[in-house]
Amino acid sequence: MSTTTTPDCKVHPGNPVESFLRTDRMPHIWCPGCGIGTTVNCFTRALIDSKQDLNKLAIVSGIGCTGRVAGYVNLDSFHTTHGRAIPFATGLKLASPETTVVVYSGDGDLFAIGGNHLIHAARRNMDIKVICVNNLTYAMTGGQTAPTTPEDVITATAPYGTYDPAFNLPYLVEAAGAVYVARWTTFHVKQLARSMQEMFAKKGFGFIEVVSPCPTLYQRRNKMGDALDTMKFYKEVSKTKHGAPTSEVGLTKSGEIVVGKFVDRERPDFTTHMHEHLQHSLGDKYIPAEGPVCG
Amino acid sequence: MHADPVGVLTGAHFMDGDHAACEGAIAAGARFAAGYPITPSTEVVERFSNRAPRIGATFIQMEDELAASIAILGAVWGGVKAFTVTSGPGFSLMMEHIGYAVMTETPCVFIDVQRGGPSTGLPTLPAQADMMQVKWGSHGDYEIIALCPNSPQECFDLTIQAFNLSEKYRVPVFVMMDEVVGHMTEKVVIPSADKIEVEPRHFTTKDKSSFQLYAPVGEEQTPEMTKVGEGYNVHVTGLTHDERGYPNMTPAVQERMVKRLVTKIRDNAEKICIVEQNQVEGADVVVVSYGITSRVAQRAVEMARAEGLKVGTLRLITAWPFPEHIFRALAPKVKGMVVAELNLGQMVREVSRCAEGKCRVAAVGHAGGTVHNPQDILKAIQEVAR
Ligand code: SF4
Repeated sequence: MSTTTTPDCKVHPGNPVESFLRTDRMPHIWCPGCGIGTTVNCFTRALIDSKQDLNKLAIVSGIGCTGRVAGYVNLDSFHTTHGRAIPFATGLKLASPETTVVVYSGDGDLFAIGGNHLIHAARRNMDIKVICVNNLTYAMTGGQTAPTTPEDVITATAPYGTYDPAFNLPYLVEAAGAVYVARWTTFHVKQLARSMQEMFAKKGFGFIEVVSPCPTLYQRRNKMGDALDTMKFYKEVSKTKHGAPTSEVGLTKSGEIVVGKFVDRERPDFTTHMHEHLQHSLGDKYIPAEGPVCG
Repeated sequence: MHADPVGVLTGAHFMDGDHAACEGAIAAGARFAAGYPITPSTEVVERFSNRAPRIGATFIQMEDELAASIAILGAVWGGVKAFTVTSGPGFSLMMEHIGYAVMTETPCVFIDVQRGGPSTGLPTLPAQADMMQVKWGSHGDYEIIALCPNSPQECFDLTIQAFNLSEKYRVPVFVMMDEVVGHMTEKVVIPSADKIEVEPRHFTTKDKSSFQLYAPVGEEQTPEMTKVGEGYNVHVTGLTHDERGYPNMTPAVQERMVKRLVTKIRDNAEKICIVEQNQVEGADVVVVSYGITSRVAQRAVEMARAEGLKVGTLRLITAWPFPEHIFRALAPKVKGMVVAELNLGQMVREVSRCAEGKCRVAAVGHAGGTVHNPQDILKAIQEVAR
């Protein structure tokens, strides 16, 4: 636990997550009641509890409200282009295999503009840990329809309600090949932190969806109350069903939110598989890449 | 420093420009490539995929060119030298990450084997019509470096140069080939590793408290580099940022940051630019060209000289930054310049701008698909010499 010393020399305990944050960048841009900060808190808890070597962990974000996470954590952090956090992370991981690479981004970034990259990284079982904060909307740009927005929701681009069907994220990611898939809400802080820890420890493509409020744009526009009301809503409608078939966990506007760990399976990750394959094909002619060689 | 002998295929070879460019990248120290198949550039990554597992390098075929062009940037921050290769439509998709590479000052190399466009155009046939796109295709103000080989040997040599310049200035550097240069087979001599000069990455030796990822150093006005895992906890963003890399979206920081991104190249343009001049002294007409067109133009120049015309040649090896100083000095001394290129008038706009009306500038354009007929260039020379 970090401590801060005040002029009267009394020692006060500081916030233990403080050392994980770029405090010189505070205040952050997120609205009061936004769920993103809660997820960052869980993330730092997971880092503390998993005793990760923080010099060997890098975070990569795309664009959007969640995309700003990379800018606030005191780690090697990359705020990339819209939708491209995953292919950036792919290059980073391949060049620096000893680094744990976490992609932290939003639903629009990862599943609309970046959807193709996500399914291909899952197919390859690239050893990347994806934390997807799903606020069901494009928040940074003012609350437009996202590919995750449930049916019959008012958005800035669907003033008469959405009729565009939404993705069921765990179902999609499982089908694409991820070895770890879970979903929580920002109400489930303990479970979320534990789940992150579990995902960090698992080699291969891991994915956690965090259903999270955007009180400013989503809840308010749909008369769903404020941040506190949303917490109550999450508490009421969430059902923990570990191992639930992902085909049955799609989200609706006000129906049940199935949470839990849905997928935890074994499959060699890209790099392990590549090494084995090339070793087999080339024998002693194979010279594996050994990380940074920049002379 | 010298090239790492691992991977340098010292000796005389008979190979095409695409393969030679791949060998240049390997000799320069590239140990990562990401690509997406597209004619006529695919042979570069095909060769790299074959060579990579035998030299300690990694190749990955990505799902599209957007992915390939940012995977290499991730790899660079992982600590390796990296490149990607494409043509036409793929190059259009890569524009986003040219901007990101410029903004984040990520040293990397893009090889564009130009084919006829717009759109799908002429997949298997040559053009030189991406010359303005490479400079202006991504949004915002920026400067890059672009080199134009005219032979397989130069595909090898200039790809090494491209990597060296990218490390020196922390900027994306482009090898602007064309389909003919990419597919023509000629003798390529690869020197021994100790004869190949390679610019190392300039990793900082400063400690965490004094290192700033975007604080300019030296005449190059270029910051030192680092990589993940060194404890610097760097922040890299495409947003307008200060010297620490922190987003700071104010007009003052925008001015300071964008100005430096531009001046680090502009102020060093005379050092960066390479041109090849022949019989320019005392010439009435100078034929300006680059890439494959320079070899076709040579035929026209010889015919003109046979007619007694005083013709010099100027070949752009560096297209960007444009060698302005050379053209400004040359324009008052000649009757005119003939600019031949496989497009309908791109680099000629730069030539005209720098000639400032002090000599005639004639464009010999061509929509691509084949090389020029030397007669067309000859006609322009005769016209300008009159
Ligand atoms: S707009 Fe919504 S998602 Fe963005 S910071 Fe505000 S509450 Fe959070």
